Amino acid sequence: MAAVQETIDQVKAIDVDQYKHGFVTDIESELAPKGLDEDIVAFISAKKEEPEWMLNWRLDAFRRWKTMEEPAWARVDYPKIDFEDLHYYAAPKKREGPRSLDEVDPEILETYKKLGIPLSEQEILAGIAPENRVAVDAIFDSVSVATTFKEELARAGVVFCPISEAIREHPELVQKYLGSVVPVSDNFYATLNTAVFSDGSFVYIPPGVRCPMELSTYFRINEPNTGQFERTLIVADKGSYVSYLEGCTAPQRDENQLHAAVVELVALEDAQIKYSTVQNWYPGDADGKGGIYNFVTKRGDCREKNSKISWTQVETGSAITWKYPSCILRGDNSQGEFYSIAISNGHQQIDSGTKMIHLGRNTASRIISKGISAGVSQNTYRGQVSAHRKASDARNFTQCDSLLIGDKCGAHTVPYIESKNSSAVFEHEATTSRISDDQMFYCQARGLDEEEAVALIVNGFVRDVIQQLPMEFAVEAQKLISISLEGSVG
Amino acid sequence: MLEIKNLHAEVDGNEILRGIDLTVRPGEVHAIMGPNGSGKSTLSYVLAGKEEYEVTEGSVFYNGVDWAELGAHERAAAGMFLAFQYPIEIPGVATMTFLKTALNAQRKARGEDEISTPDFMKLVREKSRELKVTPDMLKRPLNVGFSGGEKKRAEILQMSLLEPTLCVLDETDSGLDIDALRVVSDGVNQLRSPERSMIVITHYQRLLDHIIPDVVHVLSKGKIVKTGGKELALDLEKNGYADYVDEEAA
Repeated sequence: MAAVQETIDQVKAIDVDQYKHGFVTDIESELAPKGLDEDIVAFISAKKEEPEWMLNWRLDAFRRWKTMEEPAWARVDYPKIDFEDLHYYAAPKKREGPRSLDEVDPEILETYKKLGIPLSEQEILAGIAPENRVAVDAIFDSVSVATTFKEELARAGVVFCPISEAIREHPELVQKYLGSVVPVSDNFYATLNTAVFSDGSFVYIPPGVRCPMELSTYFRINEPNTGQFERTLIVADKGSYVSYLEGCTAPQRDENQLHAAVVELVALEDAQIKYSTVQNWYPGDADGKGGIYNFVTKRGDCREKNSKISWTQVETGSAITWKYPSCILRGDNSQGEFYSIAISNGHQQIDSGTKMIHLGRNTASRIISKGISAGVSQNTYRGQVSAHRKASDARNFTQCDSLLIGDKCGAHTVPYIESKNSSAVFEHEATTSRISDDQMFYCQARGLDEEEAVALIVNGFVRDVIQQLPMEFAVEAQKLISISLEGSVG
Repeated sequence: MLEIKNLHAEVDGNEILRGIDLTVRPGEVHAIMGPNGSGKSTLSYVLAGKEEYEVTEGSVFYNGVDWAELGAHERAAAGMFLAFQYPIEIPGVATMTFLKTALNAQRKARGEDEISTPDFMKLVREKSRELKVTPDMLKRPLNVGFSGGEKKRAEILQMSLLEPTLCVLDETDSGLDIDALRVVSDGVNQLRSPERSMIVITHYQRLLDHIIPDVVHVLSKGKIVKTGGKELALDLEKNGYADYVDEEAA
């Protein structure tokens, strides 16, 4: 037991110092006054120079939101959020929507550099093969500060821009698809997001186009007492393909910060969307003080036949995570996938999983979830698989594995399986295990110290999911896993 | 040189080793034989540094270093290698990845640079050919779904790659058919060298037909009750352990 005990102690010793992205960027911001009413909603809309239909959509959402209650069914516990004590809009002062990188505040460019996200195309291009390039949309608090490779993408017909810009310049696309996957009154946080979302990314891939590079958005919360409400919409038209990456960090602050995003994906006939997330929001300190509340609604709609949507997530940050990236398998022969690694340590609480809603005929879904709990954290997998009456030959395979480190943490698995069609075949496998003393000893007898042994065993445990990530992200994710658990690296 | 003096050790409050004295010089191969429950595996775990095994009396020094000062991973970096009787499964970790991680961990502990990937690949290919370890096996998660023979070959592959100076082989012959026994023994024999000490723990004499020991010890009830040359193993094969067990009981 001694080996495991020391591991527990090490894990316990992890504190704020381990969080590498906790610095604050000193920059003057323009803030909306605290609190939320119709004026604030109108203020945000005006800031974005939005058309009237957009303002009306927001106001409708706001009115509905006021009648809604915060969901309480998740296995997470936190003090009531005072929604009047938040800023709903924060933007770096000076300019909005810079036209080129030269106009971006150097402090912000420096921030992204520190985070390892170069925004200058020259920098990105240095030494990178064309097929490995990544176009980045960087979101700083409430606004997009830079989008790279826009011109080259435009030549392929791909639209990749801040959503505020898409609302102005591609209103027909936005109006057609925004809110079509996550309806206005879907849930408390999604409705709030609809009322106050400030920015996010918009992607449109035209028919038959394979997006020439990975697209990515990098979210950064800087301003204190600020909610970040980004909205992402990705539409893959017939026969197209896109791979999209999302990364997140925030400074260390004593108070909790709210992040309530909505992501909508639409895949038309034969289209494929691959969406990967590495979420590393500030998790709070060793005593559970501070950290991000990550209340996110992500949903993909396989709207037409033979479409495919694949979610891959590595969740290591946030004080509280509440997210269920889901797939609606509407088109015949459509496929949904969910690959997840959720690591909770310290006082973190995670309630995450997916929903696979089988509506069309001959649809298939696959869920691989790996939860790792350490410290005094609670880690819940919550997943729903359902087959509609008409969903003949629906198939699902779910594998849900939990790994416990120490004896103060919890792992929970809550599957909901509903089938209204007798031809559906749903399989669910679940395991819960610990890192055994024998495994630890075996690794140590080969020369690995305790931290190296834990990192190796955990990386083995999550391998099936890591393999789903694009190469650069996989490397980052593996490093992040080591940092989250080792207690000495960084 | 390994020097074990009056070694007593217990696990869960039960004394298993009751005063072992043993010296193994570089280049020597010592066989330790004994009936079930005599403490053979306990001795190997105590030497490797398994936590549950507590040394209550006596000492172990290797090359002048007090083994009590070092944890299991430090002993490995100092040249100790235990080939497990029951190698442990590490799911999801490719054998190749495990080998590289172990080798680099030891090099790092000794203040050496990490081995480059091409050099490592070359080294592994070379060593695995000798032990009939296939490239497919190297890709599979370590010991997961391995046959008895594959597990033991993987152990010897690790040993040959890590180049320890003190090798302890715990019942390496268990679960091996005669062909696998030959492959594994050939692998071990290739590692015999004037700088290397080996302790071969076994229940049966047949392994010692392949790995010829310099010295044979009989362990019974936590003590070495008889020491002799390789002919002692043959004697045991003929007459069994009864003589020594009874002698101890008397």
